[in-house]
Amino acid sequence: MTEMTYRQALNETLRAELTRDENVYLLGEEIGVFEGSYKITAGLLKEFGPKRVVDTPIAEEGFTGVAIGSAMLGLRPVVEIMTLNFSLIAIDQIVNHAAKMYGMFGGRVRVPMVIRTPGGGGQQLAATHSQNLEVWYAHIPGLKVVAPSTPADAKALLTAAIRDDDPVLFLENLGLYNTKGDVPDGEQVAEIGKAAVAREGTDLTVVSYSRGMVTALEVAEQFAAEGVSIEVIDLRSLRPLDRGTVCASVRKTSRAVVFEDDMLSYGIGAEISATIGEGAFDWLDAPVRRVAAAEVPLPYAKPLELAAMPDAAALTRVVRETLEASGYRK
Amino acid sequence: MADTRRPAGTRKTAKQGAESDAVLRGYYEQMVLVREFELRASEMYARAKIGGYCHLNLGEEATVVGLLAALRPTDYLFTTYRDHGYALTRGMEPGAVMAELFGKSTGVVGGRGGSMHMFDLERRMMGGYGIVGGQIPLATGAAFAIDYRSKAGKDADAVMCLMGDATTNIGAFHESLNLAGLWNLPIVYVVVNNRLGMGTPVEHASAEPDLYKRGSAYRIPGTRIDGDDPVAVRDAALAALEKARVDRRPSILETMSFRLKGHSVVDPARYRSKEDNEEAQANDPVPAFRNRLVKSGVLDEKAADAIHAAADKAVTEAVEFADASPDPSPSELFDAVYATAVANESRAYPGDRIVVAS
Repeated sequence: MTEMTYRQALNETLRAELTRDENVYLLGEEIGVFEGSYKITAGLLKEFGPKRVVDTPIAEEGFTGVAIGSAMLGLRPVVEIMTLNFSLIAIDQIVNHAAKMYGMFGGRVRVPMVIRTPGGGGQQLAATHSQNLEVWYAHIPGLKVVAPSTPADAKALLTAAIRDDDPVLFLENLGLYNTKGDVPDGEQVAEIGKAAVAREGTDLTVVSYSRGMVTALEVAEQFAAEGVSIEVIDLRSLRPLDRGTVCASVRKTSRAVVFEDDMLSYGIGAEISATIGEGAFDWLDAPVRRVAAAEVPLPYAKPLELAAMPDAAALTRVVRETLEASGYRK
Repeated sequence: MADTRRPAGTRKTAKQGAESDAVLRGYYEQMVLVREFELRASEMYARAKIGGYCHLNLGEEATVVGLLAALRPTDYLFTTYRDHGYALTRGMEPGAVMAELFGKSTGVVGGRGGSMHMFDLERRMMGGYGIVGGQIPLATGAAFAIDYRSKAGKDADAVMCLMGDATTNIGAFHESLNLAGLWNLPIVYVVVNNRLGMGTPVEHASAEPDLYKRGSAYRIPGTRIDGDDPVAVRDAALAALEKARVDRRPSILETMSFRLKGHSVVDPARYRSKEDNEEAQANDPVPAFRNRLVKSGVLDEKAADAIHAAADKAVTEAVEFADASPDPSPSELFDAVYATAVANESRAYPGDRIVVAS
């Protein structure tokens, strides 16, 4: 076990997979000479050379498509799209090609590609640089979408994604790169499609993923001091979605709140809420609530940005409201 | 408006006698098979045996055959959705191609793709794509993989990427050509210029209607070819593929041909003038090549007729095979979604309750 940052876990995993399999290669803007816009790929060009760590022009649709085409011939590209916002430029290649080619061609060809990209706001980067669009990709059959919240999961899920023969969107978060955690040594391969109980509890379930997990766990800890036991579910995988783990938790606690960075309407939480409504209806003592971002192009000014983004205060308030609405007694 | 009927730089047809009779006869056989197959596909569509979209290579047969005569079995081919003729000439069984059009489980991709998505990994026919230009980054990526794994040389693999004239205006074209030019990728981009993108003439869509020039922004040279002469097409493609293999330099081939009918089987092409239609018919490459071979003694009329009869028979057998084949079963709906099995995959049919492990 080694303590390291989320960034380090990614960097080490890329290094390990590049070493293990000569078909693995990286491509993206500024990942080589610049060492990555967020320094995730630092040192890799120097170690593996320009054939394995490819700096691309600014051409997301072009280089994502190149990655897909190379994957059809058996290479295993790990594409870095600088932020999730810019994935929109490549969305035709991701959704109409990578996701569909295995199906459309009757299973005759595979697309073993990973797209790594950070979502999230809160750095005053304004509207086009702060989005959480993962729900768009979670909606698409043929894609897998994973969202590690810890350095340990960053390593294990990235390893799994690279070894998977399907196109995987690997969702990182600008707010997680510097977070620290214990990472098991040696080969770690997570199972895609499985959520985790990050914190056990009995009174209410908070469902979250990616950066939201930091807040969810903090809030759970605060409630523990009051004697309220909150179970926190880390989704880890948005597609496929582990409905079983979510519903099993709610059948235990009878209350659920989703905490998500994306916007409220038609978001990840909407799917969780519908899932719980169908899978755990008889166990619910209160409606499922969602704490999500305000539906506004995210402004630059700090007070406005803070007002728009979901935080611990909002989650705490909604947890209390849910406890109240359900007639919770300690 | 530029006169595009006699394009500048058109290669003259190859010298007579420069090819063996057997080779030329073979080209004619292939062209006729494509012609007969596509005419029958049109008929099958009218009989509702084929659904969805159905785009035909009628008028494009010389281009199809010439390009594929140049391509090695070990090269990779990416096409547009107008892919039936390319699938057949690449060696895919007419029965399996027709079955795919009929949506049968014996189709080349099990009925999951249809007309626009022919695919055969072993024959390196890498698809069949419905999104205009979607194939171009993919083909460029295949060339990237070749470059990643192997050295340049006469024996190296190459990629041929087909597209229509209108495709040269989409972003994916430009991003891909920039990458190919920048990274020295072994690829030939073929612009099949039949003068029309659906109903839009080339000069109403492209600021530079001399499409072979459109790689100049990426220092990718281009040549305009008479797409109605299979030998000229082949020779130009061979030269371009050699450049790709040996020099790892991309190039553009613009092949000029005419679309004999509408954009697809349901398009009556009312936007075309009588003169345009007459011109297309006058330039029909199949009777033209027949006349050429008969004139030069490669074929006599009887042999030519026999070729048509054989193609007709092969196509009839393809239809019979497709007719007799089973439909894929709805129980197999989720069989081709993920290559790697994954937990909690959603396999709900409409109206199913969500599956929740208890």
